[in-house]
Amino acid sequence: MALLEIRNVTRRFGDFVAVDNVSLNIEAGEFFTLLGPSGCGKTTILRMIAGFDLPDAGQIFLDGRDLADTPPEKRPLHTVFQSYALFPHMSVAQNIAFPLKMARRPQAEAQKMLHEVLEQVHLADKADAYPHELSGGQKQRVALARGLVNRPRLLLLDEPLGALDAKLREEMQIELINLQKDVGVTFVFVTHAQVEALALSHRIAVMEAGRVAQVDEPSKLYGFPQSRFVADFIGHINMLQAQVVESAHGHTRLAIAGLGEVIASLHSGVTAGAKCTFAIRPEQVRIGTHGEVSELKNHFPGTVHNFLYRGDVTVYKVQMENGLLIEALLPNAAPGRAELYEVGDAVRVGWRHDAGVLLHE
Amino acid sequence: MNEQEKIRLTPAARLGKWLVSGPPFLFLLLFFVAPSIIMVLASFRYPGEFGALAPIASADSDTLHGLTLETYEFFFSDIIYSYVFFKSFLVALATTLICLTLAYPLALLIARSPKKSRDLMVLLVVLPFASSFLIRVYAWMILLGPQAALSQVINGMLGVFGIAQVYLLFSPFAVLVAMVYVHLPFMVLPLYTNLEKHDPSLLDAAQDLGANAWQRFWQVTFPLSLPGIFSGSALVFIPVLGMFAIPDILGGTGDMLIGNLIKEQFLATRDWPFGSTLSIMLTIVVLLLVWLAVRLGRTRGRYA
Repeated sequence: MALLEIRNVTRRFGDFVAVDNVSLNIEAGEFFTLLGPSGCGKTTILRMIAGFDLPDAGQIFLDGRDLADTPPEKRPLHTVFQSYALFPHMSVAQNIAFPLKMARRPQAEAQKMLHEVLEQVHLADKADAYPHELSGGQKQRVALARGLVNRPRLLLLDEPLGALDAKLREEMQIELINLQKDVGVTFVFVTHAQVEALALSHRIAVMEAGRVAQVDEPSKLYGFPQSRFVADFIGHINMLQAQVVESAHGHTRLAIAGLGEVIASLHSGVTAGAKCTFAIRPEQVRIGTHGEVSELKNHFPGTVHNFLYRGDVTVYKVQMENGLLIEALLPNAAPGRAELYEVGDAVRVGWRHDAGVLLHE
Repeated sequence: MNEQEKIRLTPAARLGKWLVSGPPFLFLLLFFVAPSIIMVLASFRYPGEFGALAPIASADSDTLHGLTLETYEFFFSDIIYSYVFFKSFLVALATTLICLTLAYPLALLIARSPKKSRDLMVLLVVLPFASSFLIRVYAWMILLGPQAALSQVINGMLGVFGIAQVYLLFSPFAVLVAMVYVHLPFMVLPLYTNLEKHDPSLLDAAQDLGANAWQRFWQVTFPLSLPGIFSGSALVFIPVLGMFAIPDILGGTGDMLIGNLIKEQFLATRDWPFGSTLSIMLTIVVLLLVWLAVRLGRTRGRYA
């Protein structure tokens, strides 16, 4: 039995359907992420789990028990708010001990739990500080400690890294992963940042306009998106309009207008003549001279349209003969390779026969 | 070197600063600092024969003149003056506590109302200021009078139990009612200003972490509103301490407060030096209280 079961939950605000018949199962010990653009309903789902909002239809079960009649303060789960919501009039220790106090834990036990969690989030030396004396990362850790100290069944995290700068966010991501592993509490994480979701989660539910578009492990989600929305929302991807020529002999052959024939790995359930989208990640596309890409099954001529030097990689946009733009990543493996190709250079782009996915909708 | 000294102003900016702060500075100098000095000096003089002050120097040795500590000796020699101070203190304290009890739920209600209706509610709170203070106090004379409905109802009920009639008007009760009525907005406004700024996500967090409605109030809302409670209390307590009009109009003969005593020294007894001494004593008490409130507010408000 799943720890948390969301069964056919719908939530409307007037005419707007924020959450549309969503069902999800979240297992104990999982780091589960709700990912989607703003307004997709992910925060509404989180608020309904926490009890601040109630579903118009459907049920939410925790450990098999319907939560409908349980007010937020009685639910065995805590939330880490986007703004941290630390109590400004309480010290770090008082903030973290707040849920212990509310639960009337015996003094000795509460002290032990407090010190344990202070160690875990590396804040033992800040116990007497007040929130306004802390940095963003420290506030974040206090909020986490406060949510975890009482060992809840579930910790809900509402875009908790949104307010941190890029470098700190990366550090906190690693800390979050370790912390979750240490305490073994199930995390339900809400974010619109797909990089964060991929890095942190065991499983991700991608949401689109109140519905769940796909639930999968990060690598499956990235490598095998099931819809144009998921493919486009997570990472960068080239999407080419294609028509199936033949699907047999271990591979699927596609015709892409103006480009020619593309060989892709075998997709079952497609018939010759069917229209579909061939989607391929920029890092799967090689760019080079004819000799460098000719061993690949698929390679086509084009000219460099523009490029962006990003330090670790250079992103080339190559214009194909039919006017189509294909994005390719070239890792800067050796120093000084930033401008290997100039705008207007004739190049070839190519990819392996098993790269890319077919999206049919 | 502190932060302000680092900023160097251009001559034009310096002139602008003086032009802006000059007029209020002069106003306070003329109408607050100068009279205060006059008052302090007057407290060390003898009263004049027909009011005002006796001269400092006089050729005639029979008439009172010169400087003296007599008024201060007089103040401490009779317990009645300290008693009036103490009574005024109690009235001010009672008024403040009643105002706080009435104003807190109201301020909370306004602060938690939808933004649209808040302005209207604040307007209603300050609406009494639209009419004259004295007229509003005189209105209580009618409301509390023996013929008014309130007295009729109360005495009717007392009559049932065979208890003697009470007179609401010209009593400490009437003074307290009017004190509370007049000063209530001064408590509501600072409280509302404070409560309105509270981050609602703190209450969500408290609830999420297991606090029920009662705990959310006492653990989060109340401690965070302490600065508002302190400033509201100061705005009520201090004016009530010096108030003379309300006891004059609504109080009985025994309901004299410091304000009345001071007023009497100047207008009836014509003892200016003693009136000045009483005023100075009152000022000292108020300054002590303000200092205390600021200190309390500072330790409580270290997070603000």
